[in-house]
Amino acid sequence: MRKDQTLGEVLRQQGVSRRGFLKFCAATASMMALSPAMVPQIARALENARRPSVIWLSFQECTGCTESLTRSHTPTVEGLIFDVISLDYHHTLQAASGTHAEEAREQAMEENRGKYLLVVDGSIPVGNPGYSTIAGISNLEMLKETAAGAAAIVSVGSCAAFGGIPHANPNPTGAVGVSELITDKPIINVSGCPPIPAVITGVLAQYLTFGKIPELDHLGRPVAFYGKNIHDRCYRRPFYERGQFAETFDDEGARKGWCLYKLGCKGPITYNACAVTKWNDGVSFPIQSGHGCLGCSEPNFWDLGGFYKPLAQATMTTGTVIAGAAAAGAALGAGAALLGRSRQKKFRKEVSEESKS
Amino acid sequence: MDTRTVQELPVETGSIETGNVLPLLHEIRHALQRLVDSGETTVIDLRSLPMAPGEEARIEATLGRGEVEATLNALGPSKIHETSIPGVWWIVHYNEDEAVMGKFIEVARVPSILNAQTVDLQVGIGAMSELLSETDDKQ
Repeated sequence: MRKDQTLGEVLRQQGVSRRGFLKFCAATASMMALSPAMVPQIARALENARRPSVIWLSFQECTGCTESLTRSHTPTVEGLIFDVISLDYHHTLQAASGTHAEEAREQAMEENRGKYLLVVDGSIPVGNPGYSTIAGISNLEMLKETAAGAAAIVSVGSCAAFGGIPHANPNPTGAVGVSELITDKPIINVSGCPPIPAVITGVLAQYLTFGKIPELDHLGRPVAFYGKNIHDRCYRRPFYERGQFAETFDDEGARKGWCLYKLGCKGPITYNACAVTKWNDGVSFPIQSGHGCLGCSEPNFWDLGGFYKPLAQATMTTGTVIAGAAAAGAALGAGAALLGRSRQKKFRKEVSEESKS
Repeated sequence: MDTRTVQELPVETGSIETGNVLPLLHEIRHALQRLVDSGETTVIDLRSLPMAPGEEARIEATLGRGEVEATLNALGPSKIHETSIPGVWWIVHYNEDEAVMGKFIEVARVPSILNAQTVDLQVGIGAMSELLSETDDKQ
């Protein structure tokens, strides 16, 4: 398969009919969170797209992001790799190893200088660059070298975006995200621990289809997937509004699927697509399965005070109980007005008792 | 000690509503009116709306099934059926591993993907010509 063939030519050669191609475009539009009305435009763009080179560098990571990507079904990751992009370097997925693998990377960089897409997962240690090396090259050096000839960079996962778990207190390796080291290239942060598979491929597909960076929020994340917070899209929101909370993981409220705010849900401060797109091809997401949101797409989510401490408590010192209760009351928003006086008193009493124990 | 298995524990999902079902049905009704008035078709991506567990099934059950069912085999199967409301089509695209690639409601006389496509028609003319020349040769 020649690299300079358009995607349209590639698919026709493989015997994919126009209907098959339109189905692919419809699925791609859905994956990119774009309206179905854009399918003709996407079809035109993909038909004429050339297969760009993608170099994937893995640094201080757990490989969860690659695992997430390979669970992506829409389109299949094999389809994405072989039809849409030319994945020229990826530790886990490539067959080559050792010097051959590094040569492949260098060749791809040379042939596509200025045009290849650099994808990074894992954080980069700057405390001592020797903490993480590949083929004797430190992550820091490899990142700088590879970023120099890239058209754009996609930081996949909270580690590459913000430093992630290696960055968590006390950050022994001096781990940082890509955007703290590279400042002269466009960077898309696809955060999450891991990010939703469809979000990873959706962002890649969007870049490869339209050849430009999508609209980004203040943390460099695509607004299409990270524009709304979990709380505003959560199907358990009505319970929050009515003040119906699960107090433990197996009480009556938990079994009835009530709001998990009191069990530490970080939904109100977390921006991601989990509540709409969900996981495992739309089967469920943490809150639907009965566990509060961890806030994994936000910076420093490991150091937010505790996965099981409610937001108002987790971010405040226990000395300020009254202030905490008032903040919690305020956070209940309209619901607070609906809460009877007696329920508010009961809630404050429980909060003050909890902090004493 | 509670010796019940997970399946035996009582669980209720309650009647959780996102409130998206009714607006969606209204949107379909408006789309039908547009179709009649101007011929304009509408496609709704079901995966773009947050749904509580069971809500999507409720929409599908509410719309029901009509007279037409079609299977498209391209890059995996796609199941298309007209709902009990004429002009309202339910489309699910699966890939070759039978995982869902997309779920749409299309309001149209016929879903656009069922139409024979121009490029394919041209390929077809070429194929017919070849068929005919082979048949001619044999005679």
